[in-house]
Amino acid sequence: MTALDFDIAHLLAGLLVLVSFMLLYQDRMFALLNVFALHAIALSLAVGWQAWIQRAPHLYVTAAIALTFKGLIIPVALHRIVVRLGIHRSVETVGGIGLTMLAGIGLVALSIVVMLPVTAVASSIGQEDLAFALSVVLLGLLMMVTRRNAVSQVVGFMSLENGLVLAATGARGMPLVVEISVGFSILIAFFVIGIFLFRIRERFDTVDLQALDMSRGEQE
Amino acid sequence: MPAAGVQALNGLAAGGVGALLALGLLAPALGERRGAHRVIYLACVLVSAALAGLAFTTLAAIGAGAPAAVVALPVGLPLGQTLLGWDALGAAFAILVNGVTAVVSAYAIGYGSHEEEQQRVLPFYPAFLAGMNLVLLANDAFSFLVGWEFMSLTSWALVVSRHRDAGNRHAGMVYLAMAFGGTLSLLMFFGLLAGHAGGYGFDQIRAAALPASTGAAALLLALAGTGSKAGLFPLHAWLPLAHPAAPSHVSALMSGVMTKVAVYAFIRFAFDLADPGAAGDWLGGLLVMLGAATAVYGVLAALIETDIKRVLAYSTIENIGLVFGALGLTLAFQSKGFAAAAGLGLTTALLHSVNHAAMKSALFMGAGSLIVATGERSLDRYGGLARRMPRTTAAMLVGALAIAALPPLNGFVSEWLLFQAVLASPTLPDWFLRLVVPACGAAFALAAAVAAAVFVRLFGIGFLGRARSASAAQATEVDAFASTAALVAAAACIVLGAWPALAIGPLQIVVAALLDADVINPVSGPWQSLVPLPTSASSYNGLVILVFLAASATCAALALRLLASGALRRAPAWDCGFPDPDPATQYTAASFAQPLKRVFGPALFRAREQVTMPPPGDGQAATIEVEWHDLPWRYLYRPMAQGVLYLADRLNVLQFLTIRRYLLMVFAALVTLLVVVAAWH
Repeated sequence: MTALDFDIAHLLAGLLVLVSFMLLYQDRMFALLNVFALHAIALSLAVGWQAWIQRAPHLYVTAAIALTFKGLIIPVALHRIVVRLGIHRSVETVGGIGLTMLAGIGLVALSIVVMLPVTAVASSIGQEDLAFALSVVLLGLLMMVTRRNAVSQVVGFMSLENGLVLAATGARGMPLVVEISVGFSILIAFFVIGIFLFRIRERFDTVDLQALDMSRGEQE
Repeated sequence: MPAAGVQALNGLAAGGVGALLALGLLAPALGERRGAHRVIYLACVLVSAALAGLAFTTLAAIGAGAPAAVVALPVGLPLGQTLLGWDALGAAFAILVNGVTAVVSAYAIGYGSHEEEQQRVLPFYPAFLAGMNLVLLANDAFSFLVGWEFMSLTSWALVVSRHRDAGNRHAGMVYLAMAFGGTLSLLMFFGLLAGHAGGYGFDQIRAAALPASTGAAALLLALAGTGSKAGLFPLHAWLPLAHPAAPSHVSALMSGVMTKVAVYAFIRFAFDLADPGAAGDWLGGLLVMLGAATAVYGVLAALIETDIKRVLAYSTIENIGLVFGALGLTLAFQSKGFAAAAGLGLTTALLHSVNHAAMKSALFMGAGSLIVATGERSLDRYGGLARRMPRTTAAMLVGALAIAALPPLNGFVSEWLLFQAVLASPTLPDWFLRLVVPACGAAFALAAAVAAAVFVRLFGIGFLGRARSASAAQATEVDAFASTAALVAAAACIVLGAWPALAIGPLQIVVAALLDADVINPVSGPWQSLVPLPTSASSYNGLVILVFLAASATCAALALRLLASGALRRAPAWDCGFPDPDPATQYTAASFAQPLKRVFGPALFRAREQVTMPPPGDGQAATIEVEWHDLPWRYLYRPMAQGVLYLADRLNVLQFLTIRRYLLMVFAALVTLLVVVAAWH
């Protein structure tokens, strides 16, 4: 493995973090879904590159799963759900976008501060990759916390999972069985959440989570 | 006997525990059939007697030089096997536990028929016995804790067997909370030890050298865990609630035997597993002080209480104080290198455990018979039972004399040895101990004196005078099983008092095994007199006193027979010239305790009396209201319970957050932890 290999690996992982930031400032629903697809494509590129430099063919399968499921099927399905349900097309955020971006920058800094010394003994590929992966996970969580709309929470959850896959592949790859089962569990989570969206919508005429709280007799 | 023989004995003992567990399972199968309890209790008698015999054989073999052996059962937790086996200490306590259990189970053959809901007691009783035996057999931390918790839970089930009484349910809750707290401390204790030893087997723990500070911390945890089970002040609060709530044969076992299992556990920890070394001096001093506080507190509370079973339960607390005081003296002497005095202290603790088990079981069995015969529990509702229930009276009288430490009974021997150990303390080179031990010795003396008052009161109010209630006036003697079992326990008190060498001899094997030093056997001479320390000039021979007392009493009886008139005349009791010869004009339990209550009540129990005298001409009755408080309950337990309730109330908010808030909490927790990790590096 040459220095160039590392640089490209870091470039692709950094791209994933960048796309995570892009997810944070989207205020239109379809744009959000498109950026999410982009996120998955970036992930599959990063994983594919890891497969190449690690000579680990099973990682290609991982990359393919990421590309088909997360880059294609899930965004398209979410797209159709949004259309079918007539969900409000703008993304309601909690707190301003600027504030969220600042918090995101803080989280990336935090994950680098945490990860670099901790993984100093690990392999050099793992080091930065793990820091980037943790950033992606934290940004996904941040997105789930700062969005009111159920669809954007789903997107936050999926991007979080992308971060986990990145971390796993960076750490010398994970067994294919694990990867496939994680992929399937994500798919099942997506189904469940999708069904819930329909149910919530049926009952409350909206997928704004505030309506759920109101039905419990509480006000924000 | 070779090691293989001891191994086989241990295997048989493990089989005995299994048999007890099987009996617990068999009990529900027998259902509500008549006589089911007789089958179960008779089987318990047989298994317990067999276990006691096995334990005695093992102890004798170990005393003859055979090494202790361990049986490894393949069953157990994933982290290891179950190691079972008696060493000298375990075997000695197994004799105590199973011997008393056999007698008490025989008592239950008769007593048990008065139980209304048999199935609430029968399955748990053998399981409770199995739990206690498992604790004594355990040779690794896991099986010890399993046995300990098993013992706690099954005894809890027995405490709440009469669950329709709200008081019993409350007792059960308090007991459960305290038992869990105690087990938690033991868990942490074993965690500390196993962390250093790298394993959970007692052999591994013994082999590992413990840093002094860790040893002291571990021993404090052990003290909290075992003290809460034994009823050490201020962890005693559950005991006077729970012991009386159970059926009387279970009370006899909980008070007489289960507290001894806790004493066993403490001896195992302090003298075998986690030797405190140099920290023994202040730990010993602390233990002596706790023991003195426990003894004084327990005996004064017993004096105030009028419910007979609660009196006995408080008296158990007192005796546990004496035992732990003796253990504290042992630790102190051992840390200063006084081998002979340390041996005396440990002998005292062990002997008093044995003696207390005998007398307290006799007393609780007698109390159970009284409750069955009269349906009453308050001392003020008894009276005049000596004539109506002669056999129970005899057992209670011997038990009361023994626990009041009158020679030639067994209570005197161990308390006398305790004071001999206290008197050896001025030789200690430590000013703290020289100051604390005699002061606590004075407290022990006070406790012993007040204990005499407690039992004079219990016997005098309960059995003498005239019946104070209609049910006491019609009481009849209980069945042969119950009264004989109580008499057997009482006979044990006499035998152990007249011939203490019977118990001290086997206990010396234990002391020698635990203290690793040349221990001086206090029994000496052809007449087996007790000479506690070669330096002290005092000695005691129970047999001489028994013979003297028997001879002088026989002479007096003969003289009375020969010189007095032989005619027997029964007449109404003299009424002191009052026109109304109502039994209520007799001394009551409260009036007997009044002088001592006046002295100690206001300071120790925040006791208050309010007398309302109606003015002359007013037809209302005069009233007297007495209230007293359990201060540790008020200032320790209640604030703790209220704190928990307050926190639970505040945390209730967490159940009603929005989804986003829950996510936010996860997120915040994650980020906080990451920040901590970042700051750490």
